[in-house]
Parts: sequence; structure tokens; C-alpha cells
Amino acid sequence: MFWSFDLSLLEEISNHLQRGDHNGVGELARRALDNGMAPADILDNGLIAGMSVVGEKFKKHEIFLPDVLLAARAMYAGMDLLKPLLIKDNIPTLGKVVLGSVQGDVHDIGKNLVGIMLKGAGFEIIDLGHDVSPDDFVDAAVREKARVIGMSALLTTTMPVMKKVVNKLKEMNLSGEIKTVIGGAPVTADYAASIGADAYAYDGLNAVDKIKAMLGIQ
Amino acid sequence: MREILEFDPEEIRPELEAVLRRQGIPDGAKVDQKIFALIENALEIFVELSQPLGTVAEVNQWEFQEIYEGEGLNDTPNPVAQIFPKADKMALYALTLGSEISQEIADLFENHEFALASILDAVASEAAENANTLASRDYLNYVIRNSIVPSEKAILCYSPGYCGWHISGQKKLHEFLQSEEIGIILNDSFMMEPLKSISGVMIYGDKKIHEFDDSYPFCDKCLLHECRDRIRALSM
Repeated sequence: MFWSFDLSLLEEISNHLQRGDHNGVGELARRALDNGMAPADILDNGLIAGMSVVGEKFKKHEIFLPDVLLAARAMYAGMDLLKPLLIKDNIPTLGKVVLGSVQGDVHDIGKNLVGIMLKGAGFEIIDLGHDVSPDDFVDAAVREKARVIGMSALLTTTMPVMKKVVNKLKEMNLSGEIKTVIGGAPVTADYAASIGADAYAYDGLNAVDKIKAMLGIQ
Repeated sequence: MREILEFDPEEIRPELEAVLRRQGIPDGAKVDQKIFALIENALEIFVELSQPLGTVAEVNQWEFQEIYEGEGLNDTPNPVAQIFPKADKMALYALTLGSEISQEIADLFENHEFALASILDAVASEAAENANTLASRDYLNYVIRNSIVPSEKAILCYSPGYCGWHISGQKKLHEFLQSEEIGIILNDSFMMEPLKSISGVMIYGDKKIHEFDDSYPFCDKCLLHECRDRIRALSM
């Protein structure tokens, strides 16, 4: 009986998240914790489950970017409650991703959206902001033991910075350990292949799929 | 001729449909009411916080040749290099919405108001384009009023960072415009701050001088190919 109540509560969290009801998600997550549910269960079976549905609907063009971002805000409302408890319980994330807009580029809307989607999928994000040098990308990834570096560029003139990061990882024999994913308006899959990046992503949800595939996460 | 332009935020306020398109929402799509409410909210914020200003200055062929060559990093060949020598008139321009809008977008992201932040960003980008259109129209009117060239000709705008004109071309362009007077500065990467600013050259002349094929080597890297729409629009 207790189990079925909790299951419906998780479904409610997922449903409220899909509707972008951040207040509802916050209240329900609080209630779930008060009922003794494990933070990891609430995260996996409530919040992330809801974001997965949102992601699928977005891919099918049933909903649009603002709907996804409203759901993401609801996700964060739940995460704000859960994060301290997950840290206390040593619950691992899917891994750390270092993100930034490359040196010379001050645009970071696209990069921010990628970060929101990755966090919504269960990754930990180290956001270096914009105008990030190759050294700063690699240093942060090594320091944080990140599994992935994600780079964004809006201008063709700043794209070569991506290659510098890939080359630096190769020089340091880190290519196998730290994967690279690139994106941004002028960036293409062909360009990613030409510079030896591990993946190209065309939007935030695609970045989630590509990174999960690279890391062998179901 | 050098002018400082002041815009009323209301006159460059984007249409709803344009904002929806910038959010990847196709015409005619079923959109939830709460998205419309967010757009209304973003438009109100835009009108309240934007401080749209511009500067326009005419240049002659010799002056523009020097500005266009910039730091010597342009791709060759490129369309602008082939178009501007055939121009009747040219004017440099820089337009900005001010820093408060960019700060508000950043603050909204920081406060997890992601959808509103993204929509406000779209509103601001669209408004900057609207300001560009108004500035071009003003310049066209200026040219026609002075009966310098026949009115059936056209203006198209080109910007550093696009179509083979290297972004470093911003340096001489903004030096000529003295655009710090309207609050625009360049960072070390030649990008404008405030972020919601645009700049370039308005090239006025026969419509056919603007026609070119998108077969330059750098066109392969371009996903948008917006030049096709711009050139098509000339014949309408």
C-alpha cells in the first residue's frame, strides 16, 4: 500500500514536471522526502523520468523549446531540494561535464541550454562561462575529473579553438579519458570529425543523447 | 554624414510570430497559452529595459577599402569584396540595445527562469534586426531625398564575422564610427559589448550587384545560407 502511494507520488512529480509546474514539483518532492522516499528514487523515477518524457515529446515536435525550459525549471525546483541530500548520501551523478563557449566567443545562450538539459538528465555541470581558453577547458576537466568537455562556438572565426582543445587532450594522452562534444550555429558533424572531436550535437537534448552514447550510458 | 540614431523601443518591438519562429516554433503550431504569457512578459521587459541607440556614418570607396581590409584576415575571394566597389553609396552602422537587456537575460538564467530568459533573448535579437531594418530604411530615405540615385535601387547590409569578412574587421569599423559614443566597446576578440549589438556596412546600389552564388569555400561551414533569402527578396 505504501509502495503504491509512493509510486503515484513519483508519477505526480513526473507529470507536474512535464507541465512545467515548478511549484508543484517542489511541493511534491518535499512531500516525498517527508514520506521517507530515497532522494535517488525521487531523482531517477520522478524528475529524470519526467524530463525523459519531455525530451521525447520535443524530438517528436509535440512540444517546443519554451515548454522544455519550463520543465527544466521545474526539474531544478526538485533538484534544489534533493542535491544536498544526494551529496550527503554520496549518490553519484552520471558524470561531470565541463562546458563553455570557446575563447573569443561571448555568446552563451546555446551553451546554457545544453547545460540545463544535461543537468536535467543527471549529469553534473562545470560551467566555465564564455571566452574560455583551451588551457582552461583542459585544466578544469582534469581538476574536476570530468568525463566530457562540451564546447560551443557561434562564429566560424572562433571554431579553431575547439581543435586546440582536442589537440591538447591528445598531447596529454587524455583523449580516451576525456571525450569532447562540440556544437553551435556554424558547427557541423563534418567539422567535428575533421578536428577529431568525439561528437557533434545540434541542440541540448541531442547533446544528452550523444554524451550518453559516448559514455555507454543507457 | 554621421548621425546618432535614437529608437523608441516600441517601434522595434518584435511581432509575436517572429519571436515564436526564433524559438523554433513553426507558423501555425499549437502553442500553449503559458508560452504566449511568457512572450508578453518578455516584450514588457524589453520595452522597459532596452535603450536602443545607433550610429550611422557614410563612407567613400577609399575609406571603406581601408576599413574592409581590417587586419588582413579576410577570406579571399568573398562576396563583399566584389560588391562594394560597385556600390553607389555606403554607410557604416552600429546599433545596440544597451547592457541592461543582456544583464537581465543572464540574471533570469541564473534564477532558473530559463524559458523567459530564452524568449527575452529571442525578443532582443529580433528587435536588433528590426532596428537594423529601420536604420537601412532611414538611410535609403536619406539617399533618395537628396536625389543622389534612382529609387529602384536597393540596400543590403553585410557584417564582419560573416561571408568571409573576418571578425577583426570590427576594429576599424568601430574606430571610424566612434561607436563608444553609443556605449559599444570591442573586446579582445573583436566582439561587441553590450552583447545585443549589431554592426556592418549598408551597401546601396543596383540590385544586381548584391547577387552572388553561395559557392565560396566558407559557404560549406554556413548552415543558414540566409544570403539566398536576402537576394531573393531583392526581386520582390
